Amino acid sequence: MGTEHAVIVGASHAAAQLGASLRQGGWQGRISIVGDEAIPPYHRPPLSKDYLAGQKHSDELLIRPAAFYEKSEIDLVLGSRVTAVDREQKCIVLHDGGNIPYSKLALTTGATVRKLTLPGHELDGVFYLRDLRDVDRIRGYTGPGKSAVIVGGGYIGLETAASMRKLGMNVTVLEALPRVLQRVTAPEVSAFYSRVHREEGVTIITDAAVESLQGSSGVTAVKLADGTELDADLVVIGVGVLPATELAEAAGLAVDNGIVVDEFARTSDPDIVAAGDCTNHHNPIYDRHLRLESVQNATDQAKTAANTLCGKLEAYHALPWFWSDQYDLKLQIAGLSQGFDRVVLRGATDSGRSFSAFYFSGDRLLAVDAINRPKEFMMVRRALSTGLSADAEKLADETVDIQQAFS
Amino acid sequence: MPLVKFISHSGEENEVHVAPGTTVMHAAVDNGISGILADCGGACSCATCHCFVDEAWLAKVGEPDEVEAQMLDFVLDPQPNSRLSCQIKVSDELDGLVVLLPESQI
Repeated sequence: MGTEHAVIVGASHAAAQLGASLRQGGWQGRISIVGDEAIPPYHRPPLSKDYLAGQKHSDELLIRPAAFYEKSEIDLVLGSRVTAVDREQKCIVLHDGGNIPYSKLALTTGATVRKLTLPGHELDGVFYLRDLRDVDRIRGYTGPGKSAVIVGGGYIGLETAASMRKLGMNVTVLEALPRVLQRVTAPEVSAFYSRVHREEGVTIITDAAVESLQGSSGVTAVKLADGTELDADLVVIGVGVLPATELAEAAGLAVDNGIVVDEFARTSDPDIVAAGDCTNHHNPIYDRHLRLESVQNATDQAKTAANTLCGKLEAYHALPWFWSDQYDLKLQIAGLSQGFDRVVLRGATDSGRSFSAFYFSGDRLLAVDAINRPKEFMMVRRALSTGLSADAEKLADETVDIQQAFS
Repeated sequence: MPLVKFISHSGEENEVHVAPGTTVMHAAVDNGISGILADCGGACSCATCHCFVDEAWLAKVGEPDEVEAQMLDFVLDPQPNSRLSCQIKVSDELDGLVVLLPESQI
């Protein structure tokens, strides 16, 4: 084994991919993945879905089993928090004062939850949902007939609501804006999700201003600014995430809403790459700088970063895509809808549970939200990746085969 | 434990033993077999674990459901024996299953 040492900070989705891709790409030296949690990198999306609903065991969440890392000669340094990156000495410093020297460093630190400092936020029974430990704690408070109040009507909040209904709980979702999913979808899609959640027994309150969380040691109620009091055995706050950039910032790397990386995942230090939720990068398909919170980006950017460390420069140009499972709804999103000026619908949004919303800017198709329509998701993913253009009229006409709408 | 045999596009063969109930996708990913990406981790959402089931095993493996079938229409080089490997669970009955991997997932 060579004397070089690639150290990956953050035992995340991106880290698992980066380690595996480094070996596949022929990295001869040591590889270490350092993470503060006690278990190897795991899939986060199921946390708010099957894992919360008790339908998956934590072993099933692992991206790769521990044996894979051993076989690939990737050292897992778990339960270790990195407190600093010393670029001069080329080492990382651990919480216990120890340090690990690197020749190349990869930052895959992900994101941390945005916190609310409401009166009562420190009460027992108030949670954020980001990692396995969070959900394990939440599960100590769930159960049939119990009441949950979820603060935030984004994907995490709505997935959590769906999982808790599955557990037989009374669920209320509070959204500060006039509609759920307001930042990420068209009004028609928001209305659809509100309808389905209500049909499934969830109470949704929009334009909600939370005044305080009530209780003496444990939370018992949530009080709104209009005086409404909602019973709560537990509160889950899901109001977005922030990129985990503290280490990068303290080390003097360029940071601007994420660790700034180029198309080869390189930070402003040539010996340090970064990948996943923590990065701010340029997307060539949409020609703008952005930060993505997704498995797709973690995986694909990690491959780019690994290639770079192996000396093979291949620009990152993947199409973003996402998914969200709630009840019997399989939402698949291809592309980025931000900046759309028109939405074309295929299928009904006010009844049933299957339609697609196509987002356009002028004549250019930007993205699709496909609900229980995998074929349309796959078609758009292909079209956006290969530069096909879409005919809005044909998209809106369900009698026209989806493939005929693209040329 | 049942055995699954993976044959890569270039003809390289790998045999792995997995516990019954494991998906063919996990059998590949857990054992570092390249050619299966499985970006979504088995949620039947990404279609990056496409494989071809050896003809002799097709009847035992069974048909894809509607969601999977729709996704399979759009993978690279779809064939009548195409499946998403995250949707096939290995059982004693599938001991010896032979799966061929495509040239590329996307």
